[in-house]
Amino acid sequence: MAQLGEPALEWTRKHLLGLEDLSAEELDIILDTAESFREVSTRKRKKVPTLTGKVVVLMFVEPSTRTVTSFSLAAGRLSADTVSFSKGGSSISKGETLVDTARNIQAMGCDVIVLRHSAPGAPHLLARNLECSVVNAGDGAHEHPTQGLLDMFTIRERKGHIEGLTVGICGDIKYSRVARSNIWGLTKLGARVVVCGPATLIPDGIEEMGVEVFHDLDEFIPQCDVINILRIQLERQKSGLFPSIREYARVFGINSERLERAKDGLLIMHPGPMNRGIEITPAVADGPHSVVLDQVTNGLAVRMAVLYLVCGAKG
Amino acid sequence: MAKTTLIENGRVICPGQGIDKRLNLLLAGGTVAELTEGRPEADETIDATGLIVAPGLIDMHVHLREPGMEGAETIATGSAAAVAGGFTTIACMPNTEPAVDNEAGTEFILLQAERAALARIYPVGAVTKGRLGRELAEIGQVSRAGAVAFSDDGSPIHNAEIMRRGLEYARMFDRVVIEHCEDPDLSGEGVMNEGTMSTILGLPGIPSASEEVAIARNIILARLTGARLHVAHVSTAGGVELIRRGKAAGAHVTAEVTPHHLALTDECVRTYDPVFKMNPPLRTADDVAALRDGLRDGTIDVIASDHAPHPPESKQVEFSQAPFGVIGLESLLPVAITELIDEVLDWPGLIATLTVAPAAVLGIDRGTLRPGADADVTLIRPDQRWTLDVERFRSRSRNCPFHGREVTGRAVRTIVGGNTRFRAD
Ligand SMILES: [Zn+2]
Ligand SMILES: [Zn+2]
Repeated sequence: MAQLGEPALEWTRKHLLGLEDLSAEELDIILDTAESFREVSTRKRKKVPTLTGKVVVLMFVEPSTRTVTSFSLAAGRLSADTVSFSKGGSSISKGETLVDTARNIQAMGCDVIVLRHSAPGAPHLLARNLECSVVNAGDGAHEHPTQGLLDMFTIRERKGHIEGLTVGICGDIKYSRVARSNIWGLTKLGARVVVCGPATLIPDGIEEMGVEVFHDLDEFIPQCDVINILRIQLERQKSGLFPSIREYARVFGINSERLERAKDGLLIMHPGPMNRGIEITPAVADGPHSVVLDQVTNGLAVRMAVLYLVCGAKG
Repeated sequence: MAKTTLIENGRVICPGQGIDKRLNLLLAGGTVAELTEGRPEADETIDATGLIVAPGLIDMHVHLREPGMEGAETIATGSAAAVAGGFTTIACMPNTEPAVDNEAGTEFILLQAERAALARIYPVGAVTKGRLGRELAEIGQVSRAGAVAFSDDGSPIHNAEIMRRGLEYARMFDRVVIEHCEDPDLSGEGVMNEGTMSTILGLPGIPSASEEVAIARNIILARLTGARLHVAHVSTAGGVELIRRGKAAGAHVTAEVTPHHLALTDECVRTYDPVFKMNPPLRTADDVAALRDGLRDGTIDVIASDHAPHPPESKQVEFSQAPFGVIGLESLLPVAITELIDEVLDWPGLIATLTVAPAAVLGIDRGTLRPGADADVTLIRPDQRWTLDVERFRSRSRNCPFHGREVTGRAVRTIVGGNTRFRAD
C-alpha cells in the first residue's frame, strides 16, 4: 500500500483517459492507493496536505452534479486548490474551441484538468495539446474511468476479491461509458463480465471486448455475483431504440421477484441517478443487496487516489 | 514551327494502346507526335532514364471548394496540388457554395481553371438544384456549358424516384451520374465505421449496410433506366460484391476507390484524430482486402482521391464535431504505388486506373499517348523513397491521413499540353 504523501514509484501515467490502457498492476495501484485514502474520510479533520499548492480545474462541459462534487471534495481533502468551469458560465458557450479554452486555463497555471464532455475522445484531444495532466470524468459513450474504479473498489471491498466473480451489467450498454470502463477494468482483474439489455442497445462487436451477451434477465441474473444496473436515458425511447418505458420496465427492470433466483450475497450497484420504477424498483434500490451508497462514498477515495497519482507522476 | 520535345529512354506505359516498352516520346506543339524507337531531332530533350512515362494522370473525384470555401482550397491552389501529385486532369465536385447547378456556375469553374493555367479541370454538375435532392438541375444546359458528369456528392440522393429521373435525364446527354452511395437514415449520427472499434471508442457508427443498401438500389435503377452509374468511393466488401454482380448482370456501372480506403482501417480512429474522419469512413481489414480484390479483378475501375480540403482549425476539435474529408491529390500516387504495385496491380494496371479508366467513365478523350492526343504526360520515378510531409504540399489544407508516411515512388514531372507544369526538385 502506498504511503500517504509519497508518490507511488510504479505509477508513471500523467493522464487518466480510460481503463482500457491500464494494466492489472496499475489498476491495483489505484485501488490500493484509494484504500489508504479512504481512512482520511473517517477522520475528524478530513484533510491531508498532500497536494498543497496544486491547482485542479474541474472542466465540466457536460453538466453533472454528482461527479463534479465528488472530484471537488476529493481535491479539497488533498488540499489542492480547485476551480470549477462549467459550460454556462464559460467561453465554451461563446464559440471558443475546447483546446483554446483549455490552453487559457493552463496558462493561468493548473496541474490537472478534470474533464467531463459529451464527445468521446475530448480528453485525448486535450492530452495531445496540453502540458498538464488530464483526467477523464466521462467522455460521451467512451469511458468513465473513475466510475469504473469506484465500482471495482466497492466489489473488492464487499467480496474481498474480483478475480473469479461474474459481474453483470444491465441496460443501455451502447451509450454507456460506465459499461465500457467496467468491462475493461473487471476483465483485466480476472472477472467474467456478462451484459444484458435489448438488442438495440447492445453495440456491434461488444463480444470482442471480452464479454458475453444476454437478452433474457431471468437467464442472466442467476449467474451474477454482482449486477451493475445502468440508467436508461428516456430519450432512447424517442429515437426508437425500445418501444416504451412500460415495456422496458417489464422486460429489463430489476425487481425483488426476479432477484429470488439470484445467488446469495448478490451485490446490486447503480451509477446513478436512478429511474426508480424503471430499470430498478425502489425495493431493490434500497434493499439488502444494494451497495449504491457505498459506491458514492468510495468514489471520493478513488478520485483522491487518481488526483494524487497523476500529480505524482510528473515528479 | 511548333516547339518539339523528346522524352527519351523512359519506360512508356500507355494502357489504352497496350504499350509497356522502352520508347521515345515526341511531343510537338501541344500534341503527341509519335512514340518511336528512333531518336528524332527535337528543340528540347528530357532524359527519362529510370522513369515511367505515362499519359497525364486523371483524378476524377476532387473537391476544390471554390466558390464559397476558399479558406480550404481554391481552384488555383487545387490545380497546383494536382500537378504536384502528377495529375494533368481533374474533375471537380459541385458541392461548393453555391452548388454548381447552372451554366454560370459551370463557366465560372472553367474560367478560374483557365486563370490558374496548371491542370485541366472538368466540372461535375449537380444532379439536383442546390444539391437538395428535390428537383432536377438543368442538366442539359450545364452539360453544354462543360460539365462532363453529374453528382450530388457530399450527399447521397435520398429519394429513389429523383435518382431514377436523374439517371434517365442524364442518359439523354450521355452523361454519367456519380453517386455517393449512402443511406442517410442508416448512417444516422455516425462518424466512423460501425463495428468493434466504434463500440470501443463510444463513437456512433456508420454501418456497411448504409453503403450497400444504396449501391444495391442504384444498380437496380441503373438497370431500369439503362443509364450509366458510377459508384464513388466504394468502401465495403459488400459494396464490391454488389458492383461485381451488377456488372455481370449487364448494368452500366463503374466504380472508384480511394487510397485511404485501400491502405487504412478504422483502427486509425483510436487516436480520435479527425484527420482519420471521412465519409465513407475507414472500414476493417476485411473490407480493405475485398477492395484490393475488386481492383485486381476489374470490378473497381478507377482510383480517385476524393480530395476534400478543410482548414486546420476545423480538424483541431473533438472527433464528432470535425467535418468529414481528407486531402489526397499529393499523396494518391505514392500511396497507390507503395500499397498496390506487385501485390495488387502491375504498373500498366495501376496506370490504367488513373488514365484510360477515368477517361472512359467521364467520356473524355484523354489518358492516352496516342499520336494526335493532347501532350499530357506524367513522368514517374518508381523507386524514389521519401516521406510525405503536408508542410510541403501545395494544397491550402493539411488534412492528410498519410502525413509522415514513408512511401516509394512519385511524379517528378507533370506536362500539360506540352508545357511542364510541375517539376520535382
Ligand atoms: Zn462522397
Ligand atoms: Zn467526394
